[in-house]
Amino acid sequence: MHKAILVFLVVFFYSGGAAKVVTAGLMTVTGGIAGTILYAKWDHKFRETVEKNVPYSDRLLGLALGPAPQETGLSVKKQIELAQPPSMMEKAMKVSKAKQEKKVKETTESPIEVAKPVQPAQSLEEASTEVTHIISAISDVPSVPAPCDTEMTPVKEECKECHNHKVTAETAAVSTEIESVAAAEPLKERPVEEVTARLAQQDLDEQEIVASVSGNLDDSLASSAKATLQAIGAQEAALQAIALHTQKLKEAMEAEVPPQEKSTQWKDLEACLANRAAAVNDAGTALLKANEALDNLKSVIDKSKGRNVPAVRPLVLAAEENLHKMVVDLDKVVNKVKSAESEAKVVSQYSELVNEAKLQFQREVSSLTPEIQANWKGLTGKLSTDDLNALIAHAHRRIDQLNRELAEQRVREQIHIDAALEQQKLEYLKSQEAAVNTSLQHIKEDARLEQERKLSELREVMEAEMRTQLRRQAAAHTDHVQDVLKVQEQELKAEAEQVLSSKLLEQETRQRQLSQEQLDNFTLDMNTAYARLKGVEEAIDSHVVAEEEARKAHQLWLSVEALNYTLKTAEAGSPTKPLEVAAQAVRDSCHDNEFALALASALPEESLQRGVYSEASLRARFYGLRSLVRRVALIDESHNSLYQYFLSYLQSALLFEAKQEAPPTQLSGEDLDPFKLLSYASYCLEHGDLELAAKLVNQLTGEARRVAEDWLNEARLTLETRQVVSLLSAYANAVGLGTTQAP
Amino acid sequence: MSEKELGQKWDRCLADGVIKLGTGLGLGIVFSVVFFKRRTWPITLGSGMGLGMAYANCQTDLRLHYLVPKKQWLIHSNHI
Repeated sequence: MHKAILVFLVVFFYSGGAAKVVTAGLMTVTGGIAGTILYAKWDHKFRETVEKNVPYSDRLLGLALGPAPQETGLSVKKQIELAQPPSMMEKAMKVSKAKQEKKVKETTESPIEVAKPVQPAQSLEEASTEVTHIISAISDVPSVPAPCDTEMTPVKEECKECHNHKVTAETAAVSTEIESVAAAEPLKERPVEEVTARLAQQDLDEQEIVASVSGNLDDSLASSAKATLQAIGAQEAALQAIALHTQKLKEAMEAEVPPQEKSTQWKDLEACLANRAAAVNDAGTALLKANEALDNLKSVIDKSKGRNVPAVRPLVLAAEENLHKMVVDLDKVVNKVKSAESEAKVVSQYSELVNEAKLQFQREVSSLTPEIQANWKGLTGKLSTDDLNALIAHAHRRIDQLNRELAEQRVREQIHIDAALEQQKLEYLKSQEAAVNTSLQHIKEDARLEQERKLSELREVMEAEMRTQLRRQAAAHTDHVQDVLKVQEQELKAEAEQVLSSKLLEQETRQRQLSQEQLDNFTLDMNTAYARLKGVEEAIDSHVVAEEEARKAHQLWLSVEALNYTLKTAEAGSPTKPLEVAAQAVRDSCHDNEFALALASALPEESLQRGVYSEASLRARFYGLRSLVRRVALIDESHNSLYQYFLSYLQSALLFEAKQEAPPTQLSGEDLDPFKLLSYASYCLEHGDLELAAKLVNQLTGEARRVAEDWLNEARLTLETRQVVSLLSAYANAVGLGTTQAP
Repeated sequence: MSEKELGQKWDRCLADGVIKLGTGLGLGIVFSVVFFKRRTWPITLGSGMGLGMAYANCQTDLRLHYLVPKKQWLIHSNHI
């Protein structure tokens, strides 16, 4: 830059005047350019105006300053574009997710925001969330996911609901199935009569069983009762006997009675003893019998229990109770007897002891006084004083001994009492145990019987309740069955009606179809026949018409031919005869044909009135015209003085062009020269193309044109007429051809 | 016939030129004899004027189509 300036200055100062001017000019120009560039750099609007107005300045400014500053607009657009694709991507993602969701729905239900089992969906998910963040950060772009989400959630909810519905429907279906199955099952139950028969049979059987059992029970009860009563009687008798015996024994032991009475007493005692023994035996046997009978009863009861018939139970229970009572009574009596026996035993033991003591004493006495007999009481007068003294001394000794024994006995009394107490205790315990056992057994038995009774009562109550419940259930069941049957009936009725109506409809439609078909066929036949008739009629008419047409066409053709012929009547220099007549003939022959009419009326007036020139005459005329046109070739509006005329004449004398030249397909500018045009036109005329010749002559301008005007008009007329006539003839030919009918 | 027109014009021109030339010549001769002591200049002037007028008329006649609107031309042509 600086070097350039230095060079300029040097050149400026060390050069001549002209060079100075040149350098000054160059400097100003470069300064202007630099100034504009700098200002354009600073002011962008100026830069734009410069670029707009000065053609290649944008390139120069681009070179100098870099591309035009449009970054701000682009950046915004780019941001928006960047924002747009993520949203679009997201939309696509959501769409794909939706599809996946649908797939997932079918298998499982999973919330949207949670990662799905499919991995690509996961990555898409993450990307979409990130993008949503970005998009939500950009405030001007609306966040797209929200509507999608809301779409998703109701879809999901719907799907849940539908799933639930499905599930419930399924369960409902299942339940209905079950219900239907269950409803089907009762149908498999035995019919009512069989059931009632069976029940009746059962009742009869039961009754029989009950009767038999009751009979058995009664028999056994009666027998056992008898036996027990007997036993009890016997036992009581035994008891009484025992009591009597003991009493007698006691009396015998203790009472001081004269010996006669003693022997009677002893006899009574023996008798009593014997009685007692007998009674006891009797009691024993009776007891056995009673036990036997009771055992029998028990077995019978057990058997009848084993029958497992409910009606028998109260009888059984009653029998059992009786049995128990009898057993109890028997036991009581047996206990009484036992206690009496024990008492008797005590008394007998006492009596035995006494007897033993007595015997002992007697032995002692006898040992002392061997001569004394057993019955010492009768010896009161027989004894001596020595015997008496010895007896008294013995008695004293005995008393001493007895006192000693008594003292000893008193000493041992306690021990004996203890031992006895112990024994007694043991015995008491034993007896207590036995009593307790028996009472326990009795109580147990009682309790059991009570339980059984209660059980039977409860059972009865339960049975009654169950019966009522069953009755209720049966009633409900019958109601339900009735309802179900009603519903089924209705459904079946509806179904049957529907089927019936559909079948009826089908039949009806079929019937209608058939009838319609028949009708259609008939109408079709009729139509075809009619159409054929019409066709035939039309054919005939058209034949007639066609013939008429053909005649007309012929006429037209003839008239057109006549017209054509008149065209040929032109002589060398004069025009043809007027075409009016022929044209009139043509018009007459086609007065209903618009086209031909139009054509006929399109004949120019001149040709009709005056006739047209033939081509040959026009050609001849053209040659005369040609020389004239050559002579006035230069004359037009601006060049039309006599001098120009002279020049034009000179030109025509001096200029030689081809007599005939084939015209090109497209005329260029240089072809519009009159001489050329004339040669083209003569060529065309020589080759019979009047039209092209006329077109070429039409290209003449100025005076040449004016001179050729008449010829041109004549040529036009001729061409017009010829065209019309040729059209007419073509038309006539066509019509003629059209009207000719193929053999 | 439009091609005959030019020929007619030329005929007129020629006739007019002859007339004008003759008239000018005659008048020139008269004037030169009568007024200008048989000088030649009135004769040449007269013939020149005559020729000039004939030239002008011829030119006008030839240009007439381009100078005058059609209506007047028609009237003129009718005249002729």
